[in-house]
Amino acid sequence: MSNLKPDVNSKDHSQGADNAAITIVEFGDYQCPYCGDAYPIVKEIEDTFGDQIKFIFRNFPLQEAHQFAFSAAAAAEAAALQNKFWEMHDALYENQYRLDESLFAELAETIGLDIEKFQQDFTSSEVKEKVDNDFESGVRSGVNGTPSFYVNGTKFDGGATDLYQMLKESAE
Amino acid sequence: MLEKGTKAPDFELNATPDQKIKLKDFLGKNVILAFYPADWSPVCSDQMALYNEMLKYFGKHDAQIFGISVDSVWCHLAFEKDRKLHFPLLADFEPKGAVSKAYGVYDDEVGESKRALFVIDKEGNIAWSYLSPTAVNPGADGILDALEELDKK
Repeated sequence: MSNLKPDVNSKDHSQGADNAAITIVEFGDYQCPYCGDAYPIVKEIEDTFGDQIKFIFRNFPLQEAHQFAFSAAAAAEAAALQNKFWEMHDALYENQYRLDESLFAELAETIGLDIEKFQQDFTSSEVKEKVDNDFESGVRSGVNGTPSFYVNGTKFDGGATDLYQMLKESAE
Repeated sequence: MLEKGTKAPDFELNATPDQKIKLKDFLGKNVILAFYPADWSPVCSDQMALYNEMLKYFGKHDAQIFGISVDSVWCHLAFEKDRKLHFPLLADFEPKGAVSKAYGVYDDEVGESKRALFVIDKEGNIAWSYLSPTAVNPGADGILDALEELDKK
């Protein structure tokens, strides 16, 4: 069984309570249709379990397979530098059906980013490094496709629906 | 299945209709052999598509990866083109599955290679091998751990 490497740390983007009993890490790709399908289910998990869940997203862009995957990851990381990672993350999945290079600036505007700063950060080495480091962490953690989920540091063998089911059963 | 310490059986397989790959030509380089059941499994969790994203990590360890299945060269070509793969897929096609059998990873019942990984060192010896449940994509962490071990030598 594969374990998360490195552990959840201050560089990660997280939602939910810091002292939650369950930490879920998703390795995802904004252009991957399976990740798009998982997105509303993860939201539902967060709604259902509230403070019991801490959710973290790491980038795993399959650049060879998905033309816009890396740029989309960079857009979310650039938004993070203005403390709007989750706004961009959500906007990207909600607009996945029309993902292309022109979408990023539009979404940046919609969520209220400083556009000039966003454009600079979007192509910066800092942002590229964050995405690359996330990808490498996925490789080292045994990610074998997207989305891959880790529950309290251990790879979860299944998709978002299986994860929801497992959490419901363990809550009963 | 062949284990660590065994000499890797040499082979000569087609990568394209007119290009053959001989294992012994890669002495002096680390080699990764990824046996898999068939081309055209579902996209995002496809094992070959995943390795395609990891070529630069393999390159850092002076390693060349080959995918091997019993599909024909023409099937491999179409699959490589569709998935934009940047590493060779070898056709263990005639006699069917001969190389998979030599490595002990042929499934007689379904007539396909099992999902198995081998890391071969620069002297041509098997340094690490792993048999995955057929339905499970084994990822690349085991390969990278094995290559790191080799770097330490």
